Amino acid sequence: MKEHETLEQRLHEQGVSRRSFLKFCAAMATMMALPPGSATAIAAVLAKVKRPSVIWLSFQECTGCTESLTRSHSPTLESLIFDMVSLDYHHTLQAASGHAAEQAREDAMKEFHGQYLLLVDGSIPLKDGGVYSTIAGRTNLDMLQEAAEGAAAIVAVGSCAAFGGLPNAQPNPTGAVAVSDIIKDKPIINISGCPPIPAVITGVLAHYLTFGALPALDDQGRPKAFYGETIHDRCYRRPFYDQGKFAKTFDDEGARNGWCLYELGCKGPTTHNACATTKWNGGAGFPIEAGHGCLGCSEPKFWDVGSFYTPLPAPAADVTAFAQAAALAGAAAAVVLSTADRAKQRRAQRTRQKLTVSDLKGE
Amino acid sequence: MDQELLLWVRGTGLQIATAVFVLGMSYRVLHLLLLGRKPSLAVARGSEWAGGLRTMWQRSFMLPSLSGRGLFTVIAGYVFHVGFLITLFFLSQHIDLFRAVFGFGWPALPRGVIDIAAVLAIGAMVALLVHRFIDPVKRLLSGFEDFLTWTLSFLPLLTGFMLLRNIGFEYLTLLTLHIASVELLMVVAPFTKLAHMFTTFMARWYNGAVNGFKGINA
Repeated sequence: MKEHETLEQRLHEQGVSRRSFLKFCAAMATMMALPPGSATAIAAVLAKVKRPSVIWLSFQECTGCTESLTRSHSPTLESLIFDMVSLDYHHTLQAASGHAAEQAREDAMKEFHGQYLLLVDGSIPLKDGGVYSTIAGRTNLDMLQEAAEGAAAIVAVGSCAAFGGLPNAQPNPTGAVAVSDIIKDKPIINISGCPPIPAVITGVLAHYLTFGALPALDDQGRPKAFYGETIHDRCYRRPFYDQGKFAKTFDDEGARNGWCLYELGCKGPTTHNACATTKWNGGAGFPIEAGHGCLGCSEPKFWDVGSFYTPLPAPAADVTAFAQAAALAGAAAAVVLSTADRAKQRRAQRTRQKLTVSDLKGE
Repeated sequence: MDQELLLWVRGTGLQIATAVFVLGMSYRVLHLLLLGRKPSLAVARGSEWAGGLRTMWQRSFMLPSLSGRGLFTVIAGYVFHVGFLITLFFLSQHIDLFRAVFGFGWPALPRGVIDIAAVLAIGAMVALLVHRFIDPVKRLLSGFEDFLTWTLSFLPLLTGFMLLRNIGFEYLTLLTLHIASVELLMVVAPFTKLAHMFTTFMARWYNGAVNGFKGINA
């Protein structure tokens, strides 16, 4: 097992100055909307913190989350702090393979029982005994339950682990579910997104290391600091929405003028994420800046809530067939009932007794 | 509110509401038409169609001074209906919906115009409700259905305006509430006085046609 030295020592070894480290801490404090003084507090704690053991389990996933974390910011401090945890097990990143890899996981689980952070990406298939995804001959369900037992907290990285994601999309052939559908007795933090923003996971880890607790979460288990607002709320194209200026196609004048992409199916108004503020690729931009609407990837069921290109007000299902059938049924009901009315009228006319003089006389 | 609820109101909920609305309205309208009239044996002294169409037109532009219902009711009623129809048919988001369902759309009005129309419609509705309580005659005439239909017409306007102007709740919550309130309106409309959205002009034509047949110039 590797020696768990402090973050400050490691950073010093890697040539990262104290100044850069403080800048990173200030950035983290700002991103999480913590009070101004907390940057130094974060720095003080982070500098002393020992690298916590992290076990990263990859289930039904595409490795996009790992790609997002490892590649996009390299070689910034975000990726360095990612080095600062002791990543004791990660399919993609670890050098070991086969039995040695599984041994590393088991060792870490034993040594840091009750203390390690469990990061999960990918959904867990439950159908047919979970046979659709196995690692070293064991089902994902089995491995998750075993690893969760000794975890201090679980971080569900990406929409698959957080909400089921793409494998969970209809018809969900593998019976895929989210981590929170299985594990009920551990704190779980959902860092959703397909993939999630790299700075968001480093921010959450920094928060956990600093305060020893999970940040405030929203009703979907996501950190409010990053998922508290919608893409739409912070979108730089928002003024065009408020003015009712919309791009109608991806290459019309409105699109060239940078108008709102709402009518092209942008899901920004209903999507909670930090893309519009934190941005991607080292702050280069986010999808809407590239001219494409938000897909809503950090929300549950984002594959199943209608086409990416259907505007939000449009129906998510066909209503025309229902309307036609209903019109026919309504017409049929009207014909039947008015026929009955007429029959009743005729019957009344036939059986009507004429008023006679004796009736009027009251005899 | 979550995404699945929004999906439901945009999908299954909308299908149910549309089915009930279309079924109810087609039943109401056709049933009225099939009631028919006994053929009149009298000699026509004027055209039914000319009289009917003239009345449909004239009653839509009745001068307040000619109305027995009082100036306030007429003006507030017009403001509400015009504001409501402008927001319904000329807000770009609504045109997106119509385009998705019918395959064609039309140009939207500027957002400022929609805002004014919506505020006027909401204001008129509130004023009409207050008047309904204050005016002794209206209060006497009002029943459960009046308050039900007022509420069901008011909620889509209110939630829609809040949605457009980002007031009170999140977009997701307000969009879900807005669509749900419209669906409630659609389900109830055919079976209440709200059916007038289709039967008003039929009734006006009928009155006009009777008069036209008799040669009454009204």
